[in-house]
Amino acid sequence: MISIDWYLALSAILFTIGIIGVLIRKNAIVIFMCVELMLNAVNLTLISFSSHYGNVDGQILVFFSLAVAAAEAVVGLAIIIAIFRNNLSVDISRVNLLRW
Amino acid sequence: MITYLFIFLAVLAVASALAMVINKNTVNSALFLVLNMVSLAGMYLLLEAQFLAVIQILVYAGAIMVLFLFVIMLLNVDEEQSLFNKFRIKYFVAFLLGVGVFSQILYSIGSFSDTLPVVSEKMAEMGTVEAVGDVLYTDYLLPFEITAILLTAAVVGALIVAQLKIKPATEE
Repeated sequence: MISIDWYLALSAILFTIGIIGVLIRKNAIVIFMCVELMLNAVNLTLISFSSHYGNVDGQILVFFSLAVAAAEAVVGLAIIIAIFRNNLSVDISRVNLLRW
Repeated sequence: MITYLFIFLAVLAVASALAMVINKNTVNSALFLVLNMVSLAGMYLLLEAQFLAVIQILVYAGAIMVLFLFVIMLLNVDEEQSLFNKFRIKYFVAFLLGVGVFSQILYSIGSFSDTLPVVSEKMAEMGTVEAVGDVLYTDYLLPFEITAILLTAAVVGALIVAQLKIKPATEE
């Protein structure tokens, strides 16, 4: 049996990779995929705690998080398509209407 | 055996996540994300969450990533320049911020690590469809129904946002 700490550490590493990806990439689709990676890292944390405590509630929470992630992916990709229509690129450094 | 599987899956997950961030081709990034999700599903199996492992592959690696690939195909995005051909201060700052968050998480893991109660192996049947469904359809029935409303709202919202005709900006 592996200690829960290793699962938490792996989840932290994946979350950090997601954060760095969001910060350094400019392609909106890749940024979106990094957000999905961060969601997955948090799901891993929830499941490892659920398994550790022998309580199924954490798994239910992951189930809802999956549903929310599906909804979020649909709406986010629609927004990306709208951005692409507006300025023919998904490079977020060209979306600068509100930037000073 | 479980330890070796854990190490294998962990290395696979971290490597595919890194490859996803670094790769400059968007389609390759999406495929690496699929690999990452499959290895996380293996992780869920190790944690005895069988139902969620199947759902992870069906929903994430199946549905969501197909959606991503469709959008990439529709938009036909041009490739970015390679990330590392010149050093930018932005990457350095991003790396520092990432290390800051990582050390915060590790600090909080380490500080409570000894205080966790040791729970033993009475939960071998915990993650089956039966166990999850038993709780989902009794204690969590109302959130489950609200999820249906959320998904409907997301579909309608996505249709409206994607169909919206944007007026060309007129010069004044």
